[in-house]
Amino acid sequence: MAANGTSVSIQDLSLNFGAVSVLQTLNLDVAEGEFIVLLGPSGCGKSTLLNCIAGLLDISEGRIFIKGKNVTWEEPKDRGIGMVFQSYALYPQMTVEKNLSFGLRVAGVAKDDIAKRIARAAEILQIEPLLQRKPAALSGGQRQRVAIGRALVRDVDVFLFDEPLSNLDAKLRSELRVEIKLLHRKLQNTMIYVTHDQIEAMTLADRIAVMKGGVIQQLDAPQTIYNRPVNRFVAGFLGSPAMNFIEGQMETGTPAVFKAGDLAIPLDRYDFESAGKGGGPCVFGIRPEHVIFGEAANSMPFVTDATVEIVEPMGSDTLVWTKLGDRNFSFRVEAEKTLRNGDPIRIGFDPARASLFDTPSGNRM
Amino acid sequence: MSDHAISLAAPHAAIRADASGPSGPKPRHVFSRRNIFLYGTLVVVALYYLLPLYVMVVTSLKGMPEIRLGNIFSPPLEITFEPWVKAWSQACTGLNCDGLSRGFWNSVRITVPSVILSIAIASVNGYALANWRFKGADTFFIILIVGAFIPYQVMIYPIVIILREIGLYGSLSGLVIVHSIFGMPILTLLFRNYFTSMPEELFRAARVDGAGFWGIYLRIMLPMSLPIFVVAVILQVTGIWNDFLFGVVYTRPDTYPMTVQLNNIVNSVQGVKEYNVNMAATILTGLVPLVVYFISGKLFVRGIAAGAVKG
Amino acid sequence: MSKSERPNQLFRNLNAKIASIPMVLTALVVFVGGTAWTVLYSFTNSKLLPRLNFVGLDQYYRLWATPRWLISIENLLIYGVISLVFSLVIGFLLAALLDQKIRFEDTFRTIFLYPFALSFIVTGLVWQWLLNPDFGVQGVVRSLGWTSFDFNPLYNSSIVIYGISIAALWQGTGLIMCLMLAGLRGIDEDIWKAARVDGIPMWKTYLFIIIPMMRPVFITTLVIIASGIVKVYDLVVAQTSGGPGIASEVPAKYVYDYMFFAQNLGQGFAASTMMLLSVMIVIVPWAYLEFGGRRRV
Repeated sequence: MAANGTSVSIQDLSLNFGAVSVLQTLNLDVAEGEFIVLLGPSGCGKSTLLNCIAGLLDISEGRIFIKGKNVTWEEPKDRGIGMVFQSYALYPQMTVEKNLSFGLRVAGVAKDDIAKRIARAAEILQIEPLLQRKPAALSGGQRQRVAIGRALVRDVDVFLFDEPLSNLDAKLRSELRVEIKLLHRKLQNTMIYVTHDQIEAMTLADRIAVMKGGVIQQLDAPQTIYNRPVNRFVAGFLGSPAMNFIEGQMETGTPAVFKAGDLAIPLDRYDFESAGKGGGPCVFGIRPEHVIFGEAANSMPFVTDATVEIVEPMGSDTLVWTKLGDRNFSFRVEAEKTLRNGDPIRIGFDPARASLFDTPSGNRM
Repeated sequence: MSDHAISLAAPHAAIRADASGPSGPKPRHVFSRRNIFLYGTLVVVALYYLLPLYVMVVTSLKGMPEIRLGNIFSPPLEITFEPWVKAWSQACTGLNCDGLSRGFWNSVRITVPSVILSIAIASVNGYALANWRFKGADTFFIILIVGAFIPYQVMIYPIVIILREIGLYGSLSGLVIVHSIFGMPILTLLFRNYFTSMPEELFRAARVDGAGFWGIYLRIMLPMSLPIFVVAVILQVTGIWNDFLFGVVYTRPDTYPMTVQLNNIVNSVQGVKEYNVNMAATILTGLVPLVVYFISGKLFVRGIAAGAVKG
Repeated sequence: MSKSERPNQLFRNLNAKIASIPMVLTALVVFVGGTAWTVLYSFTNSKLLPRLNFVGLDQYYRLWATPRWLISIENLLIYGVISLVFSLVIGFLLAALLDQKIRFEDTFRTIFLYPFALSFIVTGLVWQWLLNPDFGVQGVVRSLGWTSFDFNPLYNSSIVIYGISIAALWQGTGLIMCLMLAGLRGIDEDIWKAARVDGIPMWKTYLFIIIPMMRPVFITTLVIIASGIVKVYDLVVAQTSGGPGIASEVPAKYVYDYMFFAQNLGQGFAASTMMLLSVMIVIVPWAYLEFGGRRRV
């Protein structure tokens, strides 16, 4: 029924709790074997969407297809999904092995089949030595691995991850991130992964769906989302340190010019989204790493002089704060550069790498 | 990747055209078997729990002839408030025939000072345990908590002797002291846990600002812990009002609290049994804790949960 | 010796120590002292007044030879088993029903819990009336035409303790339900989701996952019920006064009657010491598991 290669298809899905609308006429098609990350601030509806796909929440409108089968009214166990939870949700009084096998035993799967599946999952996740332990005797990372194992033994097409790494410390998180990526490469399953961590999203995803207020703002490859955000929310949500925003006015003409106070940035190199580039209030955004500093700045289409206000050494590089058109403005320099407060500097950038947003709508221009 | 981007805007037309499959919320029947079982059970159990209250009220509004003829579950044919009046002002215990009102006022005179005294002692004590730990404090605290599990019967008589020695045996003040003693373990625990859960920085900041033991208690802790005081009041009012054992041991007939007097009225062997008066008296005695319960709602639950789970 | 250099340990934190005086006095004088005093005097032949005239275990021999005490213990055991089993089972089932995201949850909870706000005296008197053989349940059923219907627990010595248990369960299960409900609400929501994704039926989830997870709640509840069982007194006084005859006597009532009516303090002390012993049988293992075990982890 479904077009070939579509694994999960969500059509016109809405969810209301009473008068509160949590998800609004949402559409999403996930290709087979694709790794989709649902990214957004807390309360954006990303976990809710995942729970709807899993069948843990009843939807108000719309349909959900998994592997071409309409599963809108199906029980979670019949949807061909496995799910990994933020709090692991391991059954505390059962050993790891029992945790992995419980669902299969209840479903009446043959004993030797269960043993085979557990052996395979344990091998893939390298948890063989832990099989006879109880969850309380495991570290956070090990617990998370068992939780993934529980999804793995179900032999399903689609994996759902609900913020699986947010209970772990930073070091472990980056290790398990890599493991999940390797796992995906090995299994080639469809994976839908919810997180509020943009690094997880950027590193893991084939495509990222940035959500806000129950609506997908942008669905694109990580690089596209990072470099060509469709609106000011997406631009501000991704990137750390955050994108510099300067509010001002666009003046039409050849070339069009962005003006904010004394500042005038020529926009002839900017790649406008739509042809109708009328004037009016807008926001100019440029990422700190796209700002060039020192001698090299002279070759940039836009160059200006400024004064160092604050220097923040980050180790690998240094973030420098200055003022541009009365706005705080940050840019990155190599860690070796020694700058002091009050130093006069020259900076420049290429407006082609910038983003321009219409002020009333916030949309990319 | 661009084809994916398009699919966001316009999902596969092939699937979209097929509008016949399940869509929207899973249909649920109000009268599903699950709901009938669930609500049916709950309603039946609820009726069982309400039945005694209903019978109490109905009986208290009937005249004796009607009670002798009829069925305790049937509503009164003729409503009369006479049993209530009689229970309040004329029912006899022994030689006294001035009704339950005396027991009511005794109970008020016992409960009010007991609640205030026990909470005052326990809150200061819990505060000292939480914020001003001194050597040995925990030992006494553990003894106190373990002591809460000792059957009162073991300690009744020594307390009689102590009260007799200080001349308070049989007086209301003596009973107030007893209630304060036996309320101490649970209340101290309640306050200690609450104060421990408050941010330590607050206490340190107040000390740096020069406030002392009493200053911090009165000006910082007290205003911030109103909810726990309400919980403690609920716990103590119902507990002390409902007490029977201490009342019967440590007071004399003219200072009996309401529960003791009620029992003497209903279970006295003299005279004809007046069931309607008995039930009116029973409701009157249960009224104070019931009112506290229905007004306080969730706080009551919190109180007993705090009292029970951690006690 | 300069005065100000070395602060006296006794006066350090003086206010906190003053504030703790009531606690220290209660703990030492009443709880430890009172208990020790009663245990000590249980080895004497005190009658009307306490006297230190030791007679060894005489009072205990007599206690265990008294039919009324034996009946009291038997009643306590029956009452205890019934209370434990039924209040745990009913309390848990009600909590599980209320945990199904039902409507009017607050109303139902309020109804199930209100008897707990009532005293045992009130409870006992209401159920005395409901179980009255002439006007209560038995009378009503008979008047409906089933004249041989027999339900008269309060006047039948062999089942009177069950009649008392009915009232006790009515009063106390609401509390157990609340504790269980709090326990159920404390279970991670994700566990339920994981069980649903695994396709585990609800009753199996309760039986194999949720109840084992609630072990601490069950243990605490058990201790609460058990320590309440030993104290049972007012309920019996109100409902049957120990009757018919001595069929519904309980230990707490035995203690009270021997101390304040029979003028046989020695017997009262011995009986109360036995009560203390039975509570310790429950409390000590629990305290050991709860606190001794925690220290090891």
